[in-house]
Amino acid sequence: MIRFDQVTKLYAGTTRPALNSVTLEILRGEFVFLVGASGSGKSSFLRLILKEENPTKGEIHVLGQNVGRLSSRKVPYFRRNLGVVFQDFRLLPQKSVFDNVAFSLQVIGKSKGFIQEAVPDVLKMVGLAGKASRFPHELSGGEQQRVAIARAIVNRPALLLADEPTGNLDPATSAGIMTLLERISQSGTTVIMATHDAGIVDQMQRRVIELVAGQIVRDERQGGYLTQAIPVQKGFGSEAAQ
Amino acid sequence: MRFGLIMSEVGQGLRRNFSMVVSVVLVTFISLTFVGTAILLQMQINEMKGYWYDRAQVAVYMCTATTDTANCNMTEATEEQKAAVASKLESSELAPLVNEYEFETHEEAYEKYVEFTDSAEADYITPEFLPETFWVNMVDPTQSGVLIETLSGTPGVDEVADQRKYLDPIFDALNAASYTAIGIAALMLVAAVLLIATTIRLSAFSRRRELGIMRLVGASNRFIQTPFILEGVIAGVIGAALAGGATVAVVHFFVQGYLAETMVATSFVGLEEAAVVAPILLAVGIVLAAISANVAISRYLKV
Repeated sequence: MIRFDQVTKLYAGTTRPALNSVTLEILRGEFVFLVGASGSGKSSFLRLILKEENPTKGEIHVLGQNVGRLSSRKVPYFRRNLGVVFQDFRLLPQKSVFDNVAFSLQVIGKSKGFIQEAVPDVLKMVGLAGKASRFPHELSGGEQQRVAIARAIVNRPALLLADEPTGNLDPATSAGIMTLLERISQSGTTVIMATHDAGIVDQMQRRVIELVAGQIVRDERQGGYLTQAIPVQKGFGSEAAQ
Repeated sequence: MRFGLIMSEVGQGLRRNFSMVVSVVLVTFISLTFVGTAILLQMQINEMKGYWYDRAQVAVYMCTATTDTANCNMTEATEEQKAAVASKLESSELAPLVNEYEFETHEEAYEKYVEFTDSAEADYITPEFLPETFWVNMVDPTQSGVLIETLSGTPGVDEVADQRKYLDPIFDALNAASYTAIGIAALMLVAAVLLIATTIRLSAFSRRRELGIMRLVGASNRFIQTPFILEGVIAGVIGAALAGGATVAVVHFFVQGYLAETMVATSFVGLEEAAVVAPILLAVGIVLAAISANVAISRYLKV
């Protein structure tokens, strides 16, 4: 499904790589947590899968395609197989819930009939059946994230990327979102979720990949969040110890 | 479905940037009007050249008793000298260049002179003051140099003059005017192109959320850029149509309605020429708008 082979990502003008020789494989249907401190390379990892960035070294295969060799003309068609959810939802404020979800189908050329059928279905699945005509500002944060998830999965992608989807939500709402993501995962979609939320990771007991300074330091099935990823500032820490 | 969606995006973009779109229309309008004027001026120059050069003759002025140039030395040209010039015009070297020629006597020159000047002045002039002249029509007016070279210095010939040289300053002035128009048009077109690019960037910036989502869910580049290019092209087409209308109006009301009435002797460009210019302006407007919009939007399509 996803294979990273010695992937290094070095942004222009920096000397420390965002990802340093990362090798890993994620299988179809897996639910993977990506954890690590800010700046550890989680977002770079997701951006590389999306081909928003190109690796400096190494090869990336996603859904059977060599992402590095993908011509920029084919990137849009490649992305139709992926769904993405962000911490800040990224909904269109002047469009209703229905139109927000429909928009992503319209712009890839789906027929009106398909949209009329698929959008209510997916809204029902994420639990927003009665709110199709509401506008984003009329919804709670959790509901807005559900709209964003509906938009990401309405085209039935094989892979769902979520970049801290619960980062702006309270624990109870987050739990609801996680239940939804788990349901999506059970229907066969691979889910990769970058998060700082220790409670969720510990509770879900899924595969955990931990990044520190661009390197994988842990990759375990049914893992927890652990706390070693939080960097301790040396001077401050030693002073506190005395 | 997709066509409707694209058109609604275009309408939205045009409405959001209304004042910018209006300025694009105006700048395109003015710059293309200059382009149209320059093209029409060139057409006018060609038309006048054709008309006047056909009528322009080479004059071979013979000596009179009052001409004091070295070749004449105050002596009237003799009959033999005149016959010699006539035979030279019919000789094998010059005959192929000469379409026809006619000889003008003192009396004929005087009649012409009286006709074109008021009588008070004509009283002081007698026919003998005016030179006898061979008026030569050339087959090819540009070949007059050969005639001038061959006949200048022949005994009894005062001067060989090509009338075209009197027309050249007029054409030079018209040419300068048309080049000025082209220069202004070029500057204005640069302004129009930059303005279109800026407008499209603004339009894209105001829709950057939509653009971001479109790219994320995999809308094709063509789908993303088409509304923006159409936006630029629509503004360009409106400007070009106005410019075409202005050009036709100038020809109809100013050239045909005023100039042609006042200067009956000259032939002017008509609506047929304007009908050629208008589509050119439209094409220039569309192509420039499409190219500059395409360049402006390409920055938003990088993946």
